[in-house]
Formats: sequence, C-alpha cells, structure tokens
Amino acid sequence: MKYVTEFRDSDLARRLIERIHEAARKPVRLMEFCGGHTVTIFRYGIRKVLPPGIEMVSGPGCPVCVTANADLDRAIALARLPKVILTTFGDMFKVPGSCGSLQEAHAQGADVRMVYSPLDALRIARENPDRMVIFLGIGFETTAPTVAASILEAEKSGLENYFVQSMHKVCPPALKALADSGEVRLNGLICPGHVSAITGSQAWVPFARDYGLSCVVSGFEPLDVLQTVLMLVRQVEEGRSEVEIAYRRGVTFEGNAHARRILDEVFEPCDADWRGFGVIPGSGLKPGKRFERFDAAEVFDVDAGPVVEPVGCQCGAVLRGVVSPAECPLFRTVCTPETPVGPCMVSSEGSCSTWYQYGGGLEV
Amino acid sequence: MKSDGMVLMAHGSGGKMARDLVEKVLVKALSNPMLELLDDSATVQFSGRLAFTTDSYVVRPIFFPGGDIGRLAVCGTVNDLAMVGAKPLYISLAFILEEGLPLAELEQVVRSIRQAADEAGVHIVTGDTKVVNRGAADRLFVNTAGVGMVPEGVHVSGSNARPGDAVILSGTIGDHGIAVLSRREGLSFDTELVSDVAPLAGMVAQMLEACPAIRAMRDPTRGGLASTLNEIAERSRVCIRLQERAIPVRDAVRGACEMLGFDPLYVANEGKLVAIVPAADSDRVVAVMRAHPYGRDAAIVGEVAEGPAGRVLLSTAVGATRVVDMLTGDLLPRIC
Ligand code: SF4
Repeated sequence: MKYVTEFRDSDLARRLIERIHEAARKPVRLMEFCGGHTVTIFRYGIRKVLPPGIEMVSGPGCPVCVTANADLDRAIALARLPKVILTTFGDMFKVPGSCGSLQEAHAQGADVRMVYSPLDALRIARENPDRMVIFLGIGFETTAPTVAASILEAEKSGLENYFVQSMHKVCPPALKALADSGEVRLNGLICPGHVSAITGSQAWVPFARDYGLSCVVSGFEPLDVLQTVLMLVRQVEEGRSEVEIAYRRGVTFEGNAHARRILDEVFEPCDADWRGFGVIPGSGLKPGKRFERFDAAEVFDVDAGPVVEPVGCQCGAVLRGVVSPAECPLFRTVCTPETPVGPCMVSSEGSCSTWYQYGGGLEV
Repeated sequence: MKSDGMVLMAHGSGGKMARDLVEKVLVKALSNPMLELLDDSATVQFSGRLAFTTDSYVVRPIFFPGGDIGRLAVCGTVNDLAMVGAKPLYISLAFILEEGLPLAELEQVVRSIRQAADEAGVHIVTGDTKVVNRGAADRLFVNTAGVGMVPEGVHVSGSNARPGDAVILSGTIGDHGIAVLSRREGLSFDTELVSDVAPLAGMVAQMLEACPAIRAMRDPTRGGLASTLNEIAERSRVCIRLQERAIPVRDAVRGACEMLGFDPLYVANEGKLVAIVPAADSDRVVAVMRAHPYGRDAAIVGEVAEGPAGRVLLSTAVGATRVVDMLTGDLLPRIC
C-alpha cells in the first residue's frame, strides 16, 4: 500500500492546482458520479482550492443511497423471517426504510450479520446448515462480480441454504437517464474508478460521443481527482469531448473481461428502481434461470407492507445533482448521521453524510 | 479444577465452585497482600488529591493481534487516570462471564491482566465475578475502576487549552481499531497490524517532570483523534488547527481505511495520547516522549488558536482547510 502516501504528496498537489487555475477560462460544471469521489473531494477540501468558475456537482454513485425504499423494505422483511440469517455490508445496517431499519430489526431479534464480502456469507451458510442465509447484494459493477462468484461457488459445492437478494445496479443506464433529463447541464464527468476497472473506460464513450460530455476516469486519491479536473478543464477549454483515463494504475479501455464473463454467466439484466430516478430499464442485475434457486427474490415470498417515503427528504434531488445537501431544509437540523431521515445521510459515501462529516456549509 | 474446563453457572453461585474460581484462578494469578485478605473491601493507605475512574470493556473478539480484553481493561483505566496527571495505584476488577466460556481463555485473560498491571505499577486490590446464562453476555465482559494520586502542582484538564499552545500526538493513529476489526467475524482481512494497547502512565510521569504545566491530555480511544480534539476544543472554548501531513498513520492503517471507507482520524487507539502543552515547552515534551517506547513517533500535529471556538480544523494535503467533526454514529465498513 506504499503508493497511497505518494499520491497525497502536497507539492504535486500544489502544482496541479496552479495548472488548473491557468487552464480554466470558461465556467464549467463537472459532476463526480461516484460517492467515493465525493468523499475525497470533501475530505481534502478540493472544492475550496479550485477556481470559482469550476462548479462541482455530486452525482448518484452511492449504491446504498439509490436503493429504493421498496427494496429496503423487502430486505428488512426478509431479515424478520424465521430461520433466516440476513448478511449485509455494514453500510446497509442503519438505512431507514418505510418502517424501521435492519438495525432496528436486529434489535428486535432478527439475525442480521455484517460481513465484508459475500464469501463470508457463504461461510456462515456452511456453518449453519439448519438456517437460510441470505446475502443482500447491493452495489454496482464493482461488487456484483464477487457476488456472482459466491453464487457459482454455492452451486459448485452444492450449498442449499445460501441465497442472494440482488439489488445490484449498473451505472451507464442511470447516467443516461441523468443526461436525457437535462435537469443539470454538465460539461464534464468524473467517471467512477472502481466501476471502470470492471467495465473499462469504453463504457463512457457514448456519453462523450452522443452527449458531448468530457469524460475522465479518476482514482480516489486527492491527486487523482486534481489530475482529472485538470484533464476535464483542458477538454472543455479545447472544445473536446473524449474519454480519457487519469487512473491508469487501475483502469484500461477494455476493463476486466474475466469479471464481466462471471457477471454475464450468473446475472441477467433487469429493470431496477433507483431512488430519485424511478425504474430505469435494464439497469439492474438478477440471477439468471440456471441460478433461480439462489435468487431470494424467487424463493422467499414476503409482504413488506406499503412504501412510505421519508417526509421532506430531498435525497432524490440530491442524487440527481439538482440540489446540494445544504439546500435541504432538514440538513444538520433534523437530519444528522445520528438521526438520519434519508439514506444519503447514512451511507459513508452518501452526499449528505459526506457534507456533514467534512463540515460542508460550516464556517472555517 | 473440575468443570470440563469451562465456566458453569455454579461458578457464580457463591458456593464452593465460586470460591475455587476466585482463589485458584483469580487471586492466584493476581496475588498481592491487599487482594489476598479477601475482605469485603480492600483498605489502602492514601494521602493527597485522588483521581478516580471506571470503565467497562466489551471488545469482540476478546483476543486480538497485540492484546486481549484483559490488557485493554487494565490499560484503559490506567490511561484514564494518567490523563489527569495522576499516578495510578489501585484497580478493581469485575468480570461478567458467559456460561460455557473455556476456563483456559479466562486464565489467559487474567494472566495478561497481571502482566499489564505489573507493567503499569498498579495493584488489583478488589474484584467480583458473576456468571450469566449463555447468550446473556458475549464470552466475557470486564469492568475496572481505578484510583490514583495527582501530584502537587499538576492541573491537567480538557478545559485548560489556550491559544498558542502546541498539540502533541504520541504516535500513529488507528492501530487498535483496525487490528481488532481485522479479526472480527465476517470481516476478517490479513494485516500485520497489532493493537497499540499500552499503559501510558510511565510516559506521562516523565512528560510531567519535563513540563509540569501540561494543560490537557486525552487518550483518543473510541471516536478517535477527531472526537477527542473536538471535546477539548469545546470544553476549552478554543479552535484546534491540525496539519494533516504531520499526523502519523501507518501504511497498513491507511490501506485498510481506504478499503473500509474509514478516516483514520476516527479510528480507536488504546495506547496513544494527545497532549496540549505551552508552545515553549513543546520540543522538550516531544523529546521526552520520543525517548519512551510508547512515544517513539511523537510529533507536534497542530496548534491551539482563538477561534472559531469549539471547532477543529485540518489543513489537508492539498492545502485546503476543512472542519473535522466528532464521530457520528458507528464506524461501519462500507460497500466498495
Ligand atoms: S439532508 Fe437528510 S433529509 Fe435532506 S436530503 Fe439529505 S438525507 Fe434527505
């Protein structure tokens, strides 16, 4: 992990910032799609060192945040089933659904366990043959391959008590919905680094070609993001809209064909419900025919009750980049990480919690 | 002892098995003249200003790289005493044991309690043991309380920080939190990291000798450095300005934090302290700390300023300044 420190080098940062100031003439609006980038931008105060003409907008790239309430409710209902162990990434634990959260279900006796990887969920399934172990599959192209691999492994080892509730989503259709809506006019896009490692930077070509968006794939270190902003500003200044990579140590044009093969083998595209967007065709992933018996959506029939959206929460508009968290009247007053109203205040990569944690809107 | 090597409900009954457990496992390992009397209360000689503290320990797993719940329970209380400048003297020890806990594990915990107490120069003088049904506790819980003596002329308090003071950190942050997490069920990952859990009273005594005017000290345990400094800034009505580049973080902690979506500023430590000292004394204090095994990486990481009062600010690696807030909620590993 040596490189992590190198990429935080301050002198390099200073030089990049100078070059951005030199290059920027026109006003530009850039969106960072991915919540990981939002965290880097706020944690290092990057917005504050950019010229005033560069406006940064946070996008929908937080898998927890875009999970629709109906899906959350289903997850909570699954957790409450007898003999079920629901395994999930930690991020999901506290997200409020229509009525309660996994954390509350856990407090009331549901067996909800935090895992770091679906492989841990597999192990729990092996160790508890008399229980049904459901893994909550949340995440983008980055996480989905490991979940697919866990299903293949369950098939291979004949595991009969392992299931996946797939709420996986893929990014390009959401970006297309965003671009088609025309709600926010963007000049450039900071493309997600980890997602692109799987899809390849090729995934963003249509946005450069058909929508005139300058696209640069970025890593998650502050220097990566500064380098990306510089490349985007140069594209905009020179009237180019191309796909470039500022994260060569992680991403290629082609991406990870092996991971995509596993994805294609196990999952098939389906429609998915995105908070703030509604149902986006072909933007979800569910286990294909051969794997139906591992698909919790097929196996378990639960009644999750009526869907209730949190009153006053602007998460949807925040996710579309239309309002910033500080513009939500509940931000910092009613809605805090301790008493979150919407999921954007819960997930560590949610825009609202990132703004909150790193003092967005506070005097320095 | 006969009991198939595990804790049974009868061990908490007050009968013969309970006495055996206390005498053969606990008192034997922790022996000192005050404890061996086994009276209802320990009586000790004492004069001067008393510091008194208590804390409960519920870490999971109970054994982790670099330590265990026993060492933690002694160091935690010793350090709480040291943070007001006290010399720790006597500690009480109370166990809540889950039925079925292997006695070998209890013995191992008690051994490391003894070791940590010896190292810190404190005596375990009184204690208690209860057994609860399986599932009513997670293996074993420990409570320790401790008393210490505050030397004449020492006034260390979180409300004493003044503008112009230096902020000193005794070493790398986040080691304990990440080491424990790396062994937690379902989350395990490989790392060479070990917890920093250590008794700091010895180093603190030397620091106070070098600079009796130390204003404030805290050990940044849960909530990490960020939360600790926020408390000091708030209570002293001052602003604390940190330099991100000056804060020592191990590569392994940085890497794990990247993976888990954590900020090392919020990760727990069990063998580190921050001290707020008058700027003129800061180099001397750092030198004393660096000469001590638990302060080898000590560094000045920031300074105390007038305002905005109650706020902690950080100059980041890209030269921007941002607010460092308290930890809110738990640290939960993210989806990557
Ligand atoms: S601040 Fe809270 S209520 Fe407002 S949009 Fe964010 S999560 Fe929703």
